[in-house]
Amino acid sequence: MREFAYQRVTQVREALTLVAENDGSRYLAGGTNLVDLMKCGVEAPTRLVDVRSLPLGGVREGADGGLVIGATTTNSDVAAHPEVRRRFPALSQAVLAGASGQLRNMATVGGNLLQRTRCAYFADPSQACNKRVPGTGCSAVDGAHHNHAVFGWSRHCVATHPSDMAVALAAFDAVVHYETLDGGGEIPLSEFYPPVGDTPQQETVLPSGALITAVSLPKAALSPWSRYRKVRDRASYAFANVSIAADLGVHDGVVRDVRIALGGVASQPWRARSAEAFLRGGPASFGTVPGGG
Amino acid sequence: MSGAAPAVGVARPRVEGPAKVTGRARYAADVPMADLAFGIVVVSTVTRGRIRDIDVAAVQDMPGVLGVIDHRNAPRLNPDAGHFFGPDGGLQLLQDDVIPHAGRPVALVVAETLEQARAAAEALPVTYEVLPHDTDFSADHPAGRAAMALFDGPVDVGDVDRELAASAVVVRERYFTPEEHCSAMEPHSATAWWEGERLQAVDSNQGPFFIATVVATLFSLPLEQVRIRTEHVGGGFGSKGLCGPQLVLAVMGAMHFARPVRVTLSRNQVFLTTAMRPAIEQMVRIGADDDGRLRAIHHEAAFELSPLAEYIEGCTELTKTLYATPALRTRLTAVPLDILPPYSMRGPGAAPGSFALECAMDEVAERLGIDPLELRLRNEPTVGPASGLPFSTRNLVACLREGARRFGWASRDHRPRMRREGPLLVGTGLAATSFSVGAFPSTASITAEPDGTFTVVVNATDLGTGARTALTAIAADALAVGAEKVRLRISDSDFGPAWSAGGSRGTTSWAWAITEAAAKLRSSGDQGTVTVDTAQLLNDLPSRERHSYSAVFAEVTVDPATGEVRVRRLLGMFAVGRVVNPLMARSQVIGGMIGGLSMALHEEGVRDPVSGRHINADFAGYHISAHADVPDIEADFVPDYEPGIPMGIKGAGEIGNVGTPAAIANAVWHATGSRQRALPIRPDRVIEEHPLQ
Ligand SMILES: Cc1cc2nc3c(=O)[nH]c(=O)nc-3n(C[C@H](O)[C@H](O)[C@H](O)COP(=O)(O)OP(=O)(O)OC[C@H]3O[C@@H](n4cnc5c(N)ncnc54)[C@H](O)[C@@H]3O)c2cc1C
Ligand code: SF4
Repeated sequence: MREFAYQRVTQVREALTLVAENDGSRYLAGGTNLVDLMKCGVEAPTRLVDVRSLPLGGVREGADGGLVIGATTTNSDVAAHPEVRRRFPALSQAVLAGASGQLRNMATVGGNLLQRTRCAYFADPSQACNKRVPGTGCSAVDGAHHNHAVFGWSRHCVATHPSDMAVALAAFDAVVHYETLDGGGEIPLSEFYPPVGDTPQQETVLPSGALITAVSLPKAALSPWSRYRKVRDRASYAFANVSIAADLGVHDGVVRDVRIALGGVASQPWRARSAEAFLRGGPASFGTVPGGG
Repeated sequence: MSGAAPAVGVARPRVEGPAKVTGRARYAADVPMADLAFGIVVVSTVTRGRIRDIDVAAVQDMPGVLGVIDHRNAPRLNPDAGHFFGPDGGLQLLQDDVIPHAGRPVALVVAETLEQARAAAEALPVTYEVLPHDTDFSADHPAGRAAMALFDGPVDVGDVDRELAASAVVVRERYFTPEEHCSAMEPHSATAWWEGERLQAVDSNQGPFFIATVVATLFSLPLEQVRIRTEHVGGGFGSKGLCGPQLVLAVMGAMHFARPVRVTLSRNQVFLTTAMRPAIEQMVRIGADDDGRLRAIHHEAAFELSPLAEYIEGCTELTKTLYATPALRTRLTAVPLDILPPYSMRGPGAAPGSFALECAMDEVAERLGIDPLELRLRNEPTVGPASGLPFSTRNLVACLREGARRFGWASRDHRPRMRREGPLLVGTGLAATSFSVGAFPSTASITAEPDGTFTVVVNATDLGTGARTALTAIAADALAVGAEKVRLRISDSDFGPAWSAGGSRGTTSWAWAITEAAAKLRSSGDQGTVTVDTAQLLNDLPSRERHSYSAVFAEVTVDPATGEVRVRRLLGMFAVGRVVNPLMARSQVIGGMIGGLSMALHEEGVRDPVSGRHINADFAGYHISAHADVPDIEADFVPDYEPGIPMGIKGAGEIGNVGTPAAIANAVWHATGSRQRALPIRPDRVIEEHPLQ
């Protein structure tokens, strides 16, 4: 049996200390990804530090009037929150487009951002995978990869980031807040996931041992009718082939500003900055879109 | 006694329903057992090769480990053991160092607890000599050869080439369906132990008597020394028709360690080690006159199999009976590859065969510019086009007409790409089907108990379909008593020979034996015990074309910008003989139609092109239609009766799966104007570059 210790913590500092003490420690939130990976042998923590009793749950208004979503808020609670639905409908839609009701009741915001890729080779320890064991090679490059990255990949890894929620957060220029024993910090979501390069194992720029405490959103989106659209092989319970979170501010028939993020196409939510620049300041009509009619 | 109201034809919920929803019903892995040890299977990670070494010493001292069985110490097995198609090398587990396919069991690790066994199995070092493999299926693969002709053999009627040359239109197309997995909810599990001289096992399978005969042969034991029981089964879909690796290995464990051993496959191992539908490529040529009358059908199907075992995917069977045609040619080709031996899955042969034939028929209607419904009606045969035999009953037309009426087919504009709703294209399609029916020899016995009740013993298996409930009703009517007077005992190889739950022939085979036994008991004045065997009666049954029929109608929406296909409506009209229990028959055919939908849009075993291994061997990767994919489904039955079989029943097991894929593919064409000849109809196959034009 693979034995591991399990500890429930109520203080952020306690959590940080336990994880800093021991290389084999992992934060456990909903467990919907971590426990699966433990079962298939990809993760083998020696200690799980359960963060669900930390005072990090819930959605509140920040000092600047923006929304602050605590790291342990469940995906279901995020999606159902009236202010999220009113100001950032694409975020609510994105969360609801993911997984299943049961999983969303368990899954948390912090865990969702840090969930691992669904590349099948990554989950199978008998296959070569640079992300799982750096330097062993990438089985997907010559293997089955029809759902892998189309942007930002390298020969070292062509995996995508699976989160729907993160795509909407990217479109809203969300910021990730964290704590470490040496103090806290914040990272814009657009910089949270570094380029793949030759280090696919480094999936985020979070300092080692850091605990995500919250994700914050600006006071308002560009519009109250942002949208999330997810294309997938079946109507529910499937990861995106491609998804899009879009927020369009229109004034007098002119695109004042626009934010577009794509999911399922890269190792990070992919901001379509050229498309945004193309649309910004132009007329808000179907004819603007190449190939549109 | 005689006043009892008939039970057949009455909608009743499952008799074991309360036990199932309260968790009292025990599946094979749940049965409590003293002194139980647990075996975990270790499977090959290479597709072809040899075992170089299995380092048992590395795990022998791990906590709780009792030992490891591999090819060096496993009991020797009898190579003659097999299944319906002859000897099956898939059963010869742990006999040598050869790896014939990925996922082949190479060892069984047995320990005191499940967790200990799993830890040791994961730690067990196995090294291989890797040999080149071939898992690349295509119809023109050089290894292709004629399939075994046990059934669905080649047919030549008339002169196909001359008729095609004389036809006003000729459709010639190829159709592809991928490897698909049965995916029963309950993973395969077996517990085996010795009781004195007798080998006992509780196993998850589709027919314990048949499985007992296989185990007896495999382990060279007299049949009387083997007893297999199967109380509740959480679905089979074909994958539990065979003696599974869980049972072979559990028996080896019980022999080796002289105590009860339970082997339950992981979900991943269910995918890797239990039978799947093979990949299939079909070619259909159909020639027709201007007025829609068919002149020729030429249908060839090639499927993959393993050199370890024969198998027939009878794709052309329904082509031999569905339409009148003066010329008919069918061929089946088998392509041996380095894969797990495939086997029957949810409407074997018929489900993929109907996809090809009924899509091709739709193309004939398109070329002729006639209603696809009308095309079917114009080609109703009066005798079997290949056999020349009369039909026992044939109710396809009733299904087509009633289905069309309910679906609103009459108002359909048959031109494609005419309906648009916002960004979506909308289309409808239909398919006609038949599914061969009959019965196989079975025994049954009935005892008139002193308290006025009856104990009915028949070796049936209830896969969750409601067989218990149906057979209780059949026995009650046959005995002319109320259903509450009937005690039914099933699923124990000691109950004697009976057909398994498979081939859509379970209910007919068992019902036949029950009605015979009841008749005999009644004629003896309802006293004592009678036992019957239907083998002779079945021999006396005159040769006929015996089939159930259905017509399936589908409405789909297609988003051409994303390639997403969603089924909006499904309607199936069925002629399945007398309906024993309308509630459960409806569940069964609706379940089948969902299986067909899943086959049409989602299911696909994907292999790694480099290693040849399945890479989506779990429910996250292998997509089966989710609830959100399943629309309102209407399924109903036209009045039907099978004159040759007692009580007029035919069996509704698999026909629901058949027809639905073609109806959906035809609807996708109607929506978009593009033919989908490869399943599943994935978004990347449908997406259009200029969707709004
Ligand atoms: C069958 C299935 C289908 C799914 N479908 C989708 C889908 O369609 N779309 C989608 O977006 N997602 C999907 N998911 C993924 C699901 O959303 C994630 O598993 C979930 O969001 C992870 O959250 P969790 O709280 O359970 O994380 P956990 O599994 O507990 O943790 C995940 C990782 O995050 C770390 N972690 C957790 N909290 C913190 C924290 N506060 N600070 C630092 N590190 C932390 C853990 O150490 C671990 O490494 C699916 C999952 C499953 C099992
Ligand atoms: S794509 Fe990335 S995750 Fe997948 S096998 Fe290659 S390195 Fe591993």
